[in-house]
Amino acid sequence: MGEAKFELDEVTLKRPGRNAAGDVTTTIILNRITTSFLKGKITAVLGPSGSGKSSLLRLLNRLEDPASGRITLDGQDLKSLNIFILRRRVGMVWQLPTLFPGTVLENISYGPRLRGISLSRARSQELILMVGLGPELLDRRADSLSIGQQQRVSMARTLANEPEVLLLDEPTSALDPTAAANILHLMVDLKIRLGLTIIFVTHLLDQARQVADEVIFMHHGEIVESAPARQFFTAPQDPRSRLFLSGQLEG
Amino acid sequence: MQYINIGHGDLVLALVLVGITLAVSLWQRLDLHGDLFIGTLRTFIQLTAVGYLLQVIFNLNRWYLVILALGIMLLVAAANAYRRQQERWPGLFFIMLLAIALGGIITLAIVIGIVLKVKPWYQPQYIIPIAGMILGNAMIGAALAVNRLTGEIKAHRGEIEAALSLGATAYLAVLPYLRSALRAAMLPTISTMMTVGIVQLPGMMSGQIIAGASPAAAVRYQVVVTYMVAAATALTTITATLLAYRYYFTPSHQLKPPEQNNKTKKQKGKPDLPRGVRGLLRRGIKGGGDAAGAKTVDSKSVKFN
Ligand SMILES: Nc1ncnc2c1ncn2[C@@H]1O[C@H](COP(=O)(O)OP(=O)(O)OP(=O)(O)O)[C@@H](O)[C@H]1O
Ligand SMILES: [Mg+2]
Repeated sequence: MGEAKFELDEVTLKRPGRNAAGDVTTTIILNRITTSFLKGKITAVLGPSGSGKSSLLRLLNRLEDPASGRITLDGQDLKSLNIFILRRRVGMVWQLPTLFPGTVLENISYGPRLRGISLSRARSQELILMVGLGPELLDRRADSLSIGQQQRVSMARTLANEPEVLLLDEPTSALDPTAAANILHLMVDLKIRLGLTIIFVTHLLDQARQVADEVIFMHHGEIVESAPARQFFTAPQDPRSRLFLSGQLEG
Repeated sequence: MQYINIGHGDLVLALVLVGITLAVSLWQRLDLHGDLFIGTLRTFIQLTAVGYLLQVIFNLNRWYLVILALGIMLLVAAANAYRRQQERWPGLFFIMLLAIALGGIITLAIVIGIVLKVKPWYQPQYIIPIAGMILGNAMIGAALAVNRLTGEIKAHRGEIEAALSLGATAYLAVLPYLRSALRAAMLPTISTMMTVGIVQLPGMMSGQIIAGASPAAAVRYQVVVTYMVAAATALTTITATLLAYRYYFTPSHQLKPPEQNNKTKKQKGKPDLPRGVRGLLRRGIKGGGDAAGAKTVDSKSVKFN
Protein backbone atom coordinates (compact mmCIF):
# COMPACT_ATOMS: atom_id res chain seq x y z
CA MET A 1 0.00 0.00 0.00
CA GLY A 2 1.24 3.43 -0.93
CA GLU A 3 0.61 6.74 0.72
CA ALA A 4 -2.89 8.23 0.48
CA LYS A 5 -3.35 11.52 -1.35
CA PHE A 6 -7.08 11.80 -0.65
CA GLU A 7 -8.89 10.12 2.18
CA LEU A 8 -12.68 10.05 2.43
CA ASP A 9 -14.35 9.17 5.67
CA GLU A 10 -18.09 8.41 5.72
CA VAL A 11 -18.78 10.99 3.02
CA THR A 12 -22.43 11.55 2.14
CA LEU A 13 -23.59 13.88 -0.64
CA LYS A 14 -27.18 15.01 -0.92
CA ARG A 15 -28.86 17.20 -3.46
CA PRO A 16 -32.18 18.95 -3.30
CA GLY A 17 -34.58 17.86 -5.98
CA ARG A 18 -38.25 17.76 -6.82
CA ASN A 19 -40.55 14.83 -7.26
CA ALA A 20 -43.29 14.65 -9.89
CA ALA A 21 -45.68 16.60 -7.65
CA GLY A 22 -43.21 19.45 -7.36
CA ASP A 23 -42.37 18.96 -3.68
CA VAL A 24 -38.86 19.48 -2.46
CA THR A 25 -37.05 16.23 -1.83
CA THR A 26 -33.53 15.29 -0.87
CA THR A 27 -31.70 12.70 -2.92
CA ILE A 28 -28.73 10.88 -1.53
CA ILE A 29 -26.16 10.92 -4.33
CA LEU A 30 -23.25 9.40 -2.43
CA ASN A 31 -23.87 7.28 0.62
CA ARG A 32 -21.26 7.11 3.40
CA ILE A 33 -18.25 6.67 1.18
CA THR A 34 -15.04 5.69 2.87
CA THR A 35 -12.02 5.20 0.64
CA SER A 36 -8.66 6.61 -0.28
CA PHE A 37 -6.84 7.55 -3.47
CA LEU A 38 -3.16 6.67 -3.55
CA LYS A 39 -0.53 9.30 -4.20
CA GLY A 40 1.23 9.03 -7.55
CA LYS A 41 -1.13 6.33 -8.79
CA ILE A 42 -3.83 6.14 -11.41
CA THR A 43 -7.15 5.16 -9.89
CA ALA A 44 -9.95 4.26 -12.27
CA VAL A 45 -13.46 4.97 -11.04
CA LEU A 46 -15.86 2.55 -12.67
CA GLY A 47 -19.59 2.09 -12.40
CA PRO A 48 -22.77 2.25 -14.40
CA SER A 49 -24.26 5.55 -15.53
CA GLY A 50 -25.72 7.50 -12.63
CA SER A 51 -23.74 5.66 -9.99
CA GLY A 52 -22.16 8.88 -8.72
CA LYS A 53 -18.74 8.90 -10.39
CA SER A 54 -18.85 12.53 -11.54
CA SER A 55 -20.35 13.60 -8.22
CA LEU A 56 -17.46 11.98 -6.38
CA LEU A 57 -14.95 13.97 -8.43
CA ARG A 58 -16.80 17.21 -7.71
CA LEU A 59 -16.23 16.73 -4.01
CA LEU A 60 -12.47 16.46 -4.43
CA ASN A 61 -11.96 20.02 -5.65
CA ARG A 62 -14.89 21.30 -3.63
CA LEU A 63 -17.23 22.23 -6.43
CA GLU A 64 -19.64 20.76 -3.92
CA ASP A 65 -19.39 19.90 -0.25
CA PRO A 66 -20.66 16.72 1.34
CA ALA A 67 -23.58 16.86 3.76
CA SER A 68 -21.51 14.88 6.23
CA GLY A 69 -18.18 13.13 6.46
CA ARG A 70 -14.63 14.32 6.02
CA ILE A 71 -12.25 14.55 3.08
CA THR A 72 -8.53 15.14 3.50
CA LEU A 73 -5.79 16.00 1.03
CA ASP A 74 -2.30 15.05 2.24
CA GLY A 75 -3.83 14.64 5.68
CA GLN A 76 -5.38 18.12 5.78
CA ASP A 77 -9.13 18.65 5.87
CA LEU A 78 -10.21 20.12 2.53
CA LYS A 79 -12.23 22.75 4.35
CA SER A 80 -9.13 24.04 6.10
CA LEU A 81 -7.38 24.72 2.80
CA ASN A 82 -7.66 27.94 0.82
CA ILE A 83 -10.25 27.12 -1.83
CA PHE A 84 -8.35 28.74 -4.72
CA ILE A 85 -5.10 27.01 -3.88
CA LEU A 86 -6.95 23.71 -3.46
CA ARG A 87 -8.57 24.04 -6.88
CA ARG A 88 -5.27 24.85 -8.52
CA ARG A 89 -3.66 21.80 -6.90
CA VAL A 90 -6.55 19.54 -7.85
CA GLY A 91 -7.21 20.06 -11.56
CA MET A 92 -10.35 18.81 -13.24
CA VAL A 93 -11.22 17.87 -16.80
CA TRP A 94 -14.89 17.64 -17.58
CA GLN A 95 -17.04 14.99 -19.12
CA LEU A 96 -18.17 17.57 -21.69
CA PRO A 97 -15.61 20.14 -22.79
CA THR A 98 -16.48 23.60 -21.52
CA LEU A 99 -14.14 26.06 -23.15
CA PHE A 100 -14.52 29.79 -22.70
CA PRO A 101 -15.26 32.06 -25.66
CA GLY A 102 -11.97 33.30 -27.11
CA THR A 103 -8.91 31.65 -28.54
CA VAL A 104 -7.34 28.37 -27.54
CA LEU A 105 -4.38 30.30 -26.14
CA GLU A 106 -6.68 32.43 -23.98
CA ASN A 107 -8.27 29.27 -22.67
CA ILE A 108 -4.99 27.62 -21.84
CA SER A 109 -3.63 30.67 -20.08
CA TYR A 110 -6.80 31.26 -18.03
CA GLY A 111 -5.62 29.55 -14.83
CA PRO A 112 -2.15 31.12 -14.66
CA ARG A 113 -3.63 34.54 -15.53
CA LEU A 114 -5.89 34.28 -12.48
CA ARG A 115 -2.72 34.22 -10.42
CA GLY A 116 -1.14 37.08 -12.33
CA ILE A 117 1.15 34.87 -14.38
CA SER A 118 1.23 35.23 -18.14
CA LEU A 119 1.86 31.92 -19.80
CA SER A 120 4.81 32.01 -22.19
CA ARG A 121 4.26 31.10 -25.82
CA ALA A 122 6.76 28.28 -25.45
CA ARG A 123 4.95 26.81 -22.48
CA SER A 124 1.56 26.99 -24.20
CA GLN A 125 3.04 25.24 -27.23
CA GLU A 126 4.44 22.58 -24.96
CA LEU A 127 1.03 22.07 -23.35
CA ILE A 128 -0.86 21.83 -26.63
CA LEU A 129 1.67 19.31 -27.97
CA MET A 130 1.32 17.29 -24.77
CA VAL A 131 -2.35 16.67 -25.44
CA GLY A 132 -1.62 15.70 -29.02
CA LEU A 133 -2.62 18.86 -30.85
CA GLY A 134 -0.61 21.15 -33.11
CA PRO A 135 0.58 24.59 -31.97
CA GLU A 136 -1.16 26.14 -34.99
CA LEU A 137 -4.40 25.66 -33.04
CA LEU A 138 -3.36 28.19 -30.39
CA ASP A 139 -4.75 31.16 -32.27
CA ARG A 140 -7.94 29.45 -33.40
CA ARG A 141 -11.23 30.36 -31.77
CA ALA A 142 -12.14 27.70 -29.21
CA ASP A 143 -15.65 27.25 -30.62
CA SER A 144 -14.25 26.48 -34.06
CA LEU A 145 -12.66 23.25 -32.83
CA SER A 146 -14.14 19.77 -32.97
CA ILE A 147 -15.46 18.35 -29.70
CA GLY A 148 -12.49 15.98 -29.48
CA GLN A 149 -10.08 18.87 -29.96
CA GLN A 150 -11.96 20.89 -27.36
CA GLN A 151 -11.71 18.03 -24.90
CA ARG A 152 -7.94 17.98 -25.30
CA VAL A 153 -7.65 21.77 -25.07
CA SER A 154 -9.56 21.63 -21.81
CA MET A 155 -7.02 19.08 -20.57
CA ALA A 156 -4.19 21.43 -21.58
CA ARG A 157 -5.99 24.28 -19.82
CA THR A 158 -6.08 22.24 -16.61
CA LEU A 159 -2.43 21.16 -16.96
CA ALA A 160 -1.38 24.81 -17.30
CA ASN A 161 -2.21 25.20 -13.62
CA GLU A 162 0.44 22.58 -12.81
CA PRO A 163 -1.84 20.51 -10.57
CA GLU A 164 -0.71 17.71 -8.24
CA VAL A 165 -3.92 15.79 -8.79
CA LEU A 166 -5.83 15.33 -12.04
CA LEU A 167 -9.50 14.51 -11.95
CA LEU A 168 -10.47 13.20 -15.37
CA ASP A 169 -14.13 12.60 -16.13
CA GLU A 170 -14.28 10.35 -19.19
CA PRO A 171 -11.54 12.36 -20.87
CA THR A 172 -11.58 10.30 -24.04
CA SER A 173 -15.32 10.09 -24.64
CA ALA A 174 -15.15 12.27 -27.77
CA LEU A 175 -11.83 10.99 -29.10
CA ASP A 176 -10.95 8.62 -31.89
CA PRO A 177 -8.91 5.54 -30.84
CA THR A 178 -5.57 7.14 -31.74
CA ALA A 179 -6.26 10.33 -29.80
CA ALA A 180 -7.63 8.30 -26.90
CA ALA A 181 -4.47 6.18 -26.79
CA ASN A 182 -2.47 9.39 -26.85
CA ILE A 183 -4.30 10.69 -23.77
CA LEU A 184 -3.79 7.37 -21.96
CA HIS A 185 -0.05 7.61 -22.68
CA LEU A 186 -0.06 11.17 -21.43
CA MET A 187 -1.68 10.05 -18.17
CA VAL A 188 0.97 7.41 -17.58
CA ASP A 189 3.65 9.89 -18.55
CA LEU A 190 2.36 12.53 -16.11
CA LYS A 191 2.24 9.93 -13.38
CA ILE A 192 5.78 8.69 -13.96
CA ARG A 193 7.48 11.96 -14.90
CA LEU A 194 5.73 14.37 -12.56
CA GLY A 195 4.35 12.04 -9.92
CA LEU A 196 0.78 13.21 -10.50
CA THR A 197 -2.08 11.49 -8.73
CA ILE A 198 -4.73 10.73 -11.33
CA ILE A 199 -8.34 9.85 -10.70
CA PHE A 200 -9.91 8.71 -13.88
CA VAL A 201 -13.61 8.10 -14.48
CA THR A 202 -14.29 5.83 -17.40
CA HIS A 203 -16.85 3.39 -18.63
CA LEU A 204 -14.35 1.67 -20.91
CA LEU A 205 -13.00 -1.36 -19.08
CA ASP A 206 -10.13 -1.72 -21.54
CA GLN A 207 -8.84 1.73 -20.71
CA ALA A 208 -8.92 1.00 -17.01
CA ARG A 209 -7.10 -2.30 -17.63
CA GLN A 210 -4.42 -0.50 -19.59
CA VAL A 211 -3.51 2.33 -17.22
CA ALA A 212 -5.12 1.92 -13.80
CA ASP A 213 -3.14 0.92 -10.74
CA GLU A 214 -6.24 0.88 -8.56
CA VAL A 215 -9.92 0.51 -9.26
CA ILE A 216 -12.91 1.84 -7.39
CA PHE A 217 -16.20 0.36 -8.47
CA MET A 218 -19.37 2.30 -7.68
CA HIS A 219 -23.03 1.42 -7.81
CA HIS A 220 -26.00 3.51 -6.64
CA GLY A 221 -23.86 6.04 -4.81
CA GLU A 222 -21.84 3.49 -2.89
CA ILE A 223 -18.43 1.98 -3.32
CA VAL A 224 -18.97 -1.69 -3.97
CA GLU A 225 -15.37 -2.71 -4.33
CA SER A 226 -12.02 -1.02 -4.26
CA ALA A 227 -8.96 -3.02 -5.13
CA PRO A 228 -5.68 -3.05 -7.04
CA ALA A 229 -6.55 -3.10 -10.74
CA ARG A 230 -5.09 -6.53 -11.44
CA GLN A 231 -7.05 -8.07 -8.62
CA PHE A 232 -10.27 -6.32 -9.61
CA PHE A 233 -10.09 -7.53 -13.18
CA THR A 234 -8.93 -11.08 -12.45
CA ALA A 235 -10.71 -11.89 -9.21
CA PRO A 236 -13.52 -9.43 -8.45
CA GLN A 237 -14.93 -10.07 -4.98
CA ASP A 238 -18.40 -8.58 -5.15
CA PRO A 239 -21.09 -10.25 -7.27
CA ARG A 240 -22.06 -6.81 -8.66
CA SER A 241 -18.48 -6.29 -9.83
CA ARG A 242 -18.63 -9.61 -11.63
CA LEU A 243 -21.91 -8.67 -13.29
CA PHE A 244 -20.49 -5.30 -14.33
CA LEU A 245 -17.36 -6.87 -15.80
CA SER A 246 -19.49 -9.21 -17.85
CA GLY A 247 -21.67 -6.31 -19.01
CA GLN A 248 -24.80 -7.37 -17.16
CA LEU A 249 -25.20 -4.79 -14.41
CA GLU A 250 -28.04 -2.31 -14.74
CA GLY A 251 -27.64 1.31 -13.54
CA MET B 1 -50.36 80.39 -28.42
CA GLN B 2 -53.21 79.19 -26.33
CA TYR B 3 -53.41 76.02 -24.19
CA ILE B 4 -56.53 73.99 -25.05
CA ASN B 5 -58.08 72.44 -21.99
CA ILE B 6 -59.73 69.04 -22.29
CA GLY B 7 -63.08 69.09 -20.50
CA HIS B 8 -65.07 66.10 -19.32
CA GLY B 9 -67.36 66.40 -22.33
CA ASP B 10 -64.34 66.24 -24.63
CA LEU B 11 -63.31 63.01 -22.90
CA VAL B 12 -66.60 61.44 -23.89
CA LEU B 13 -65.88 62.43 -27.47
CA ALA B 14 -62.55 60.61 -27.18
CA LEU B 15 -64.52 57.41 -26.80
CA VAL B 16 -64.82 57.54 -30.59
CA LEU B 17 -61.21 56.36 -30.57
CA VAL B 18 -62.09 53.41 -28.37
CA GLY B 19 -64.89 52.67 -30.82
CA ILE B 20 -62.36 52.38 -33.65
CA THR B 21 -60.32 49.87 -31.64
CA LEU B 22 -63.46 47.96 -30.77
CA ALA B 23 -64.53 47.85 -34.40
CA VAL B 24 -61.18 46.40 -35.46
CA SER B 25 -61.37 43.79 -32.70
CA LEU B 26 -64.88 42.71 -33.64
CA TRP B 27 -64.27 42.80 -37.37
CA GLN B 28 -61.17 40.61 -37.17
CA ARG B 29 -62.59 38.49 -34.31
CA LEU B 30 -59.59 39.30 -32.14
CA ASP B 31 -61.70 38.54 -29.09
CA LEU B 32 -60.19 41.51 -27.33
CA HIS B 33 -63.35 43.46 -26.57
CA GLY B 34 -63.51 42.23 -22.97
CA ASP B 35 -59.96 43.30 -22.24
CA LEU B 36 -60.50 46.47 -24.22
CA PHE B 37 -63.51 47.35 -22.09
CA ILE B 38 -61.59 46.78 -18.85
CA GLY B 39 -58.55 48.58 -20.22
CA THR B 40 -60.63 51.59 -21.21
CA LEU B 41 -62.14 51.79 -17.75
CA ARG B 42 -58.84 51.24 -15.95
CA THR B 43 -57.08 53.88 -17.98
CA PHE B 44 -59.69 56.37 -16.98
CA ILE B 45 -59.98 55.36 -13.34
CA GLN B 46 -56.26 54.94 -12.64
CA LEU B 47 -55.24 58.15 -14.30
CA THR B 48 -58.07 60.09 -12.67
CA ALA B 49 -57.10 58.74 -9.27
CA VAL B 50 -53.45 59.57 -9.81
CA GLY B 51 -54.48 63.00 -11.06
CA TYR B 52 -56.43 63.75 -7.89
CA LEU B 53 -53.62 62.47 -5.72
CA LEU B 54 -51.12 64.63 -7.53
CA GLN B 55 -53.46 67.59 -7.24
CA VAL B 56 -53.56 67.11 -3.47
CA ILE B 57 -49.79 66.84 -3.25
CA PHE B 58 -49.34 69.89 -5.45
CA ASN B 59 -51.77 71.95 -3.42
CA LEU B 60 -50.38 71.02 -0.01
CA ASN B 61 -46.78 71.32 -1.24
CA ARG B 62 -45.21 69.65 1.79
CA TRP B 63 -41.83 67.93 1.67
CA TYR B 64 -43.01 64.92 3.68
CA LEU B 65 -45.92 64.28 1.31
CA VAL B 66 -43.52 64.40 -1.60
CA ILE B 67 -41.21 61.93 0.13
CA LEU B 68 -44.19 59.68 0.84
CA ALA B 69 -45.24 59.75 -2.81
CA LEU B 70 -41.67 59.01 -3.95
CA GLY B 71 -41.50 56.15 -1.46
CA ILE B 72 -44.65 54.56 -2.83
CA MET B 73 -43.45 54.99 -6.41
CA LEU B 74 -40.19 53.31 -5.43
CA LEU B 75 -41.95 50.37 -3.80
CA VAL B 76 -44.17 49.83 -6.81
CA ALA B 77 -41.19 50.02 -9.16
CA ALA B 78 -39.26 47.46 -7.10
CA ALA B 79 -42.28 45.16 -6.88
CA ASN B 80 -42.75 45.34 -10.63
CA ALA B 81 -39.09 44.62 -11.37
CA TYR B 82 -39.35 41.68 -8.98
CA ARG B 83 -42.55 40.30 -10.50
CA ARG B 84 -41.07 40.32 -13.96
CA GLN B 85 -38.41 37.80 -12.91
CA GLN B 86 -38.54 34.28 -14.28
CA GLU B 87 -36.84 33.13 -11.10
CA ARG B 88 -37.64 34.71 -7.74
CA TRP B 89 -36.12 34.09 -4.39
CA PRO B 90 -36.25 35.62 -0.94
CA GLY B 91 -34.22 38.78 -0.90
CA LEU B 92 -34.51 39.57 -4.59
CA PHE B 93 -37.27 42.09 -3.92
CA PHE B 94 -35.02 43.94 -1.51
CA ILE B 95 -32.17 43.86 -3.99
CA MET B 96 -34.48 45.45 -6.55
CA LEU B 97 -35.58 48.00 -3.99
CA LEU B 98 -32.04 48.90 -3.02
CA ALA B 99 -30.79 49.06 -6.61
CA ILE B 100 -33.65 51.22 -7.86
CA ALA B 101 -33.42 53.43 -4.78
CA LEU B 102 -29.69 53.93 -5.20
CA GLY B 103 -29.79 54.62 -8.94
CA GLY B 104 -32.92 56.72 -8.53
CA ILE B 105 -31.84 58.89 -5.62
CA ILE B 106 -28.40 59.69 -6.98
CA THR B 107 -29.74 60.61 -10.41
CA LEU B 108 -32.66 62.53 -8.98
CA ALA B 109 -30.37 64.50 -6.69
CA ILE B 110 -28.14 65.48 -9.58
CA VAL B 111 -31.02 66.57 -11.81
CA ILE B 112 -33.01 68.42 -9.13
CA GLY B 113 -30.11 69.85 -7.16
CA ILE B 114 -27.40 70.52 -9.72
CA VAL B 115 -28.91 70.73 -13.21
CA LEU B 116 -32.35 72.28 -12.62
CA LYS B 117 -31.50 73.85 -9.23
CA VAL B 118 -35.12 73.56 -8.13
CA LYS B 119 -35.82 75.63 -4.99
CA PRO B 120 -37.18 74.36 -2.72
CA TRP B 121 -36.09 70.94 -3.91
CA TYR B 122 -39.41 69.25 -3.16
CA GLN B 123 -41.53 71.30 -5.57
CA PRO B 124 -43.88 68.52 -6.74
CA GLN B 125 -44.21 69.98 -10.24
CA TYR B 126 -40.58 69.00 -10.93
CA ILE B 127 -39.61 66.20 -8.63
CA ILE B 128 -42.66 63.96 -9.11
CA PRO B 129 -42.66 63.64 -12.92
CA ILE B 130 -38.87 63.48 -13.06
CA ALA B 131 -38.76 60.78 -10.40
CA GLY B 132 -41.47 58.93 -12.30
CA MET B 133 -39.36 58.82 -15.45
CA ILE B 134 -36.24 57.81 -13.54
CA LEU B 135 -37.93 55.08 -11.52
CA GLY B 136 -39.84 53.69 -14.48
CA ASN B 137 -36.71 53.28 -16.54
CA ALA B 138 -34.63 52.02 -13.61
CA MET B 139 -37.33 49.43 -13.02
CA ILE B 140 -37.27 48.17 -16.58
CA GLY B 141 -33.47 48.14 -16.60
CA ALA B 142 -33.22 46.20 -13.34
CA ALA B 143 -35.85 43.69 -14.44
CA LEU B 144 -34.12 43.14 -17.75
CA ALA B 145 -30.62 42.85 -16.28
CA VAL B 146 -31.45 40.41 -13.52
CA ASN B 147 -33.61 38.26 -15.80
CA ARG B 148 -30.77 38.09 -18.27
CA LEU B 149 -28.22 37.31 -15.56
CA THR B 150 -30.38 34.46 -14.24
CA GLY B 151 -30.78 33.03 -17.72
CA GLU B 152 -27.07 33.31 -18.47
CA ILE B 153 -26.06 31.59 -15.25
CA LYS B 154 -28.50 28.76 -16.02
CA ALA B 155 -27.23 28.39 -19.56
CA HIS B 156 -23.54 28.52 -18.68
CA ARG B 157 -23.19 26.39 -15.58
CA GLY B 158 -20.46 24.37 -17.27
CA GLU B 159 -18.28 27.37 -18.11
CA ILE B 160 -18.82 28.90 -14.68
CA GLU B 161 -17.83 25.71 -12.88
CA ALA B 162 -14.87 25.27 -15.22
CA ALA B 163 -13.67 28.75 -14.27
CA LEU B 164 -14.19 28.01 -10.57
CA SER B 165 -12.32 24.74 -10.82
CA LEU B 166 -9.37 26.58 -12.37
CA GLY B 167 -9.25 28.81 -9.30
CA ALA B 168 -11.48 31.73 -10.26
CA THR B 169 -13.56 33.56 -7.67
CA ALA B 170 -17.32 33.46 -8.08
CA TYR B 171 -17.17 37.06 -9.30
CA LEU B 172 -14.59 36.35 -11.99
CA ALA B 173 -16.46 33.22 -13.04
CA VAL B 174 -19.70 35.12 -13.67
CA LEU B 175 -18.09 38.32 -14.93
CA PRO B 176 -18.73 37.56 -18.63
CA TYR B 177 -22.40 36.98 -17.83
CA LEU B 178 -22.65 40.05 -15.61
CA ARG B 179 -21.34 42.02 -18.55
CA SER B 180 -23.78 40.59 -21.03
CA ALA B 181 -26.67 41.18 -18.62
CA LEU B 182 -25.63 44.80 -18.16
CA ARG B 183 -25.21 45.29 -21.87
CA ALA B 184 -28.62 43.80 -22.55
CA ALA B 185 -30.21 46.14 -20.03
CA MET B 186 -28.35 49.24 -21.23
CA LEU B 187 -28.76 48.62 -24.94
CA PRO B 188 -32.38 49.77 -25.31
CA THR B 189 -31.50 53.01 -23.52
CA ILE B 190 -28.43 53.61 -25.64
CA SER B 191 -30.20 52.79 -28.88
CA THR B 192 -32.99 55.18 -27.94
CA MET B 193 -30.32 57.84 -27.43
CA MET B 194 -29.25 57.19 -31.01
CA THR B 195 -32.65 57.77 -32.56
CA VAL B 196 -34.43 60.01 -30.07
CA GLY B 197 -36.45 62.69 -31.83
CA ILE B 198 -35.98 61.23 -35.28
CA VAL B 199 -38.78 58.72 -35.38
CA GLN B 200 -40.96 59.96 -32.58
CA LEU B 201 -40.95 62.97 -30.31
CA PRO B 202 -40.42 61.82 -26.75
CA GLY B 203 -43.59 61.98 -24.64
CA MET B 204 -42.35 64.53 -22.18
CA MET B 205 -41.15 66.91 -24.86
CA SER B 206 -44.43 66.58 -26.75
CA GLY B 207 -46.28 67.33 -23.54
CA GLN B 208 -44.29 70.46 -22.87
CA ILE B 209 -44.81 71.70 -26.40
CA ILE B 210 -48.56 71.14 -26.18
CA ALA B 211 -48.55 72.90 -22.82
CA GLY B 212 -47.09 75.93 -24.53
CA ALA B 213 -43.34 75.66 -23.97
CA SER B 214 -41.16 76.70 -26.89
CA PRO B 215 -39.73 73.69 -28.76
CA ALA B 216 -36.20 74.90 -27.97
CA ALA B 217 -36.90 74.91 -24.23
CA ALA B 218 -38.67 71.56 -24.40
CA VAL B 219 -35.72 70.07 -26.25
CA ARG B 220 -33.30 71.13 -23.54
CA TYR B 221 -35.45 69.38 -20.97
CA GLN B 222 -35.56 66.30 -23.10
CA VAL B 223 -31.78 66.22 -23.44
CA VAL B 224 -31.41 66.33 -19.67
CA VAL B 225 -34.05 63.64 -19.26
CA THR B 226 -32.38 61.37 -21.79
CA TYR B 227 -28.99 61.58 -20.07
CA MET B 228 -30.67 61.17 -16.72
CA VAL B 229 -32.47 58.01 -17.74
CA ALA B 230 -29.24 56.49 -19.04
CA ALA B 231 -27.44 57.26 -15.78
CA ALA B 232 -30.25 55.87 -13.64
CA THR B 233 -30.39 52.69 -15.71
CA ALA B 234 -26.63 52.21 -15.50
CA LEU B 235 -26.46 52.71 -11.74
CA THR B 236 -29.50 50.57 -11.01
CA THR B 237 -28.58 47.67 -13.25
CA ILE B 238 -25.02 47.43 -12.01
CA THR B 239 -26.17 47.50 -8.39
CA ALA B 240 -28.88 44.91 -9.00
CA THR B 241 -26.66 42.44 -10.85
CA LEU B 242 -23.73 42.80 -8.45
CA LEU B 243 -26.04 42.01 -5.55
CA ALA B 244 -28.07 39.33 -7.34
CA TYR B 245 -25.29 37.08 -8.65
CA ARG B 246 -24.14 36.24 -5.12
CA TYR B 247 -27.33 34.35 -4.50
CA TYR B 248 -26.24 31.65 -6.93
CA PHE B 249 -22.99 30.92 -5.10
CA THR B 250 -22.03 29.64 -1.68
CA PRO B 251 -19.44 31.53 0.37
CA SER B 252 -16.92 28.86 -0.73
CA HIS B 253 -17.26 29.96 -4.37
CA GLN B 254 -19.42 27.01 -5.36
CA LEU B 255 -22.25 27.30 -7.84
CA LYS B 256 -25.40 26.17 -6.04
CA PRO B 257 -27.24 23.23 -7.61
CA PRO B 258 -30.08 24.40 -9.85
CA GLU B 259 -33.08 22.88 -8.06
CA GLN B 260 -32.34 24.83 -4.95
CA ASN B 261 -33.23 28.10 -6.61
CA ASN B 262 -35.87 26.89 -9.02
CA LYS B 263 -39.24 28.01 -7.77
CA THR B 264 -41.19 28.11 -11.01
CA LYS B 265 -43.71 25.54 -9.83
CA LYS B 266 -44.64 27.43 -6.71
CA GLN B 267 -44.67 30.80 -8.44
CA LYS B 268 -47.75 30.38 -10.52
CA GLY B 269 -50.39 30.48 -7.81
CA LYS B 270 -48.74 32.56 -5.19
CA PRO B 271 -46.37 35.41 -5.74
CA ASP B 272 -43.92 35.51 -2.89
CA LEU B 273 -43.74 39.25 -2.48
CA PRO B 274 -43.60 40.82 0.95
CA ARG B 275 -47.16 41.19 2.19
CA GLY B 276 -47.80 44.93 2.04
CA VAL B 277 -46.24 45.22 -1.35
CA ARG B 278 -48.44 42.47 -2.72
CA GLY B 279 -51.52 44.41 -1.68
CA LEU B 280 -50.25 47.55 -3.33
CA LEU B 281 -49.71 45.69 -6.55
CA ARG B 282 -53.00 43.92 -6.51
CA ARG B 283 -54.79 47.19 -6.28
CA GLY B 284 -53.11 47.81 -9.58
CA ILE B 285 -51.51 51.16 -8.95
CA LYS B 286 -49.17 50.32 -11.76
CA GLY B 287 -51.09 47.40 -13.18
CA GLY B 288 -48.03 45.25 -13.78
CA GLY B 289 -49.61 42.05 -12.50
CA ASP B 290 -49.61 40.52 -15.95
CA ALA B 291 -45.86 40.18 -15.74
CA ALA B 292 -46.06 37.33 -13.24
CA GLY B 293 -45.96 34.71 -15.94
CA ALA B 294 -43.92 36.66 -18.44
CA LYS B 295 -40.77 34.89 -19.50
CA THR B 296 -38.79 37.93 -20.45
CA VAL B 297 -39.22 41.62 -20.18
CA ASP B 298 -40.19 43.04 -23.49
CA SER B 299 -37.40 45.37 -24.41
CA LYS B 300 -39.70 47.25 -26.73
CA SER B 301 -41.60 48.50 -23.74
CA VAL B 302 -38.63 50.65 -22.86
CA LYS B 303 -39.57 54.16 -23.68
CA PHE B 304 -38.82 57.52 -22.26
CA ASN B 305 -41.90 59.23 -20.94
N1 LIG C 1 -27.64 18.57 -10.42
C1 LIG C 1 -28.17 17.44 -9.95
N2 LIG C 1 -29.21 17.48 -9.10
C2 LIG C 1 -29.76 16.36 -8.60
N3 LIG C 1 -29.32 15.15 -8.91
C3 LIG C 1 -28.29 15.03 -9.75
C4 LIG C 1 -27.66 16.16 -10.32
N4 LIG C 1 -26.66 15.75 -11.13
C5 LIG C 1 -26.67 14.40 -11.07
N5 LIG C 1 -27.63 13.96 -10.25
C6 LIG C 1 -27.94 12.57 -9.91
O1 LIG C 1 -26.87 12.08 -9.15
C7 LIG C 1 -26.61 10.74 -9.45
C8 LIG C 1 -25.15 10.58 -9.79
O2 LIG C 1 -24.85 11.34 -10.93
P1 LIG C 1 -23.40 11.39 -11.55
O3 LIG C 1 -23.40 12.41 -12.62
O4 LIG C 1 -22.41 11.54 -10.46
O5 LIG C 1 -23.30 9.94 -12.17
P2 LIG C 1 -22.15 9.30 -13.08
O6 LIG C 1 -21.75 8.06 -12.42
O7 LIG C 1 -21.10 10.31 -13.35
O8 LIG C 1 -22.95 8.96 -14.40
P3 LIG C 1 -22.44 9.02 -15.94
O9 LIG C 1 -21.62 7.78 -16.17
O10 LIG C 1 -23.73 8.95 -16.72
O11 LIG C 1 -21.70 10.27 -16.15
C9 LIG C 1 -27.53 10.38 -10.61
O12 LIG C 1 -28.59 9.63 -10.06
C10 LIG C 1 -28.03 11.69 -11.12
O13 LIG C 1 -29.35 11.57 -11.58
MG1 LIG D 1 -20.54 11.37 -15.03
